[in-house]
Amino acid sequence: MELLQCIDLNKNFKKKQILKNINLSIPRGKIIGLLGKNGAGKSTLIKLINDLLTVTSGQILINGKPIGVESKKIISYLPERAYLDKGMTVDKTIKYFEEFYENFDSEKAYKLLKDLGLDTNQKLNKMSKGMQEKVQLVLVMSRKADLYILDEPLGGVDPATRDYILDTILTNFNDGASVIISTHLISDIERILDNVIFIDKGEIILTAEADELRNREDASIDEIFRRMFKC
Amino acid sequence: MKFDFDNNIPIYLQLVTELKRDIISGKLSAGERLPSVRDLALDLKVNPNTVQKALVELEDIGLVFTERTNGKFVTEDNSLIEKYKQEYANTMTQKYMETMRKIGLSKNEILLLINNLGGNV
Repeated sequence: MELLQCIDLNKNFKKKQILKNINLSIPRGKIIGLLGKNGAGKSTLIKLINDLLTVTSGQILINGKPIGVESKKIISYLPERAYLDKGMTVDKTIKYFEEFYENFDSEKAYKLLKDLGLDTNQKLNKMSKGMQEKVQLVLVMSRKADLYILDEPLGGVDPATRDYILDTILTNFNDGASVIISTHLISDIERILDNVIFIDKGEIILTAEADELRNREDASIDEIFRRMFKC
Repeated sequence: MKFDFDNNIPIYLQLVTELKRDIISGKLSAGERLPSVRDLALDLKVNPNTVQKALVELEDIGLVFTERTNGKFVTEDNSLIEKYKQEYANTMTQKYMETMRKIGLSKNEILLLINNLGGNV
């Protein structure tokens, strides 16, 4: 059984169709890039999978079952925008995560935060933007989930932070779990992707294995994407 | 192990080439145990599945073998390593010759060049 399946998915906001007839199948043990320009529908799709929006028509299945309380337990989601209470200390935030998620491994979180040289008694709003992003990623990756969904984890961070984020993703996803990373910064992450999904104007344009696509087109994923979606 | 990947070429093929070169140069010696897929992936900062694919390819051509419980090893067949070494040397030399011919050098001129530079490499 596939980890995640989207079947004939449509999403409208008022009269506007945001996602058109999405059919997707995400297997276990893969890192998948959800690649599209700004406004292509990436975040909408991700929010649907996380049950934060409801579908207009179609179905989303996790481990063969419709999404809901159970699927939230096994999906660890990093939203595009900061979602933590910035007036809280890191220690307090970790306490929240412990209470909220059965599968949260606070020992792991503390270890990763220690590697960052972070004072966990510090409030989030006292930290740099890059540090806040790292803390959020650490919290998300410290859950023993089946599926990690990271919405634009690289937006607006410096190259050193970007490397840290990629390393943390590679090192910390569970055996047999999958990771979906949405981004428009393709060249930065394409090295770690198994599969790519190109999305444009609410439709899936292409799904492929990254190395096969490079071989076929004799170009990088970034280059292929640019050719396809020339502005 | 650390090298820069070219995003234009399938990553697993680059890994195959790199590991092959490490084996024929002796950097990885015959019979040596390879690091685990996960360790290699972390070290090279690529996806574990990509490393796995590269190792399967190396296994297919006989340069690597799996011992069920112990992991993967470099072949102990020195004549096979030698064969791939010759093959690699031939390919690189042919490439070099082609490039030199393209800029108009004759075989003798190329040989002279190699002889003259020989002392410096």
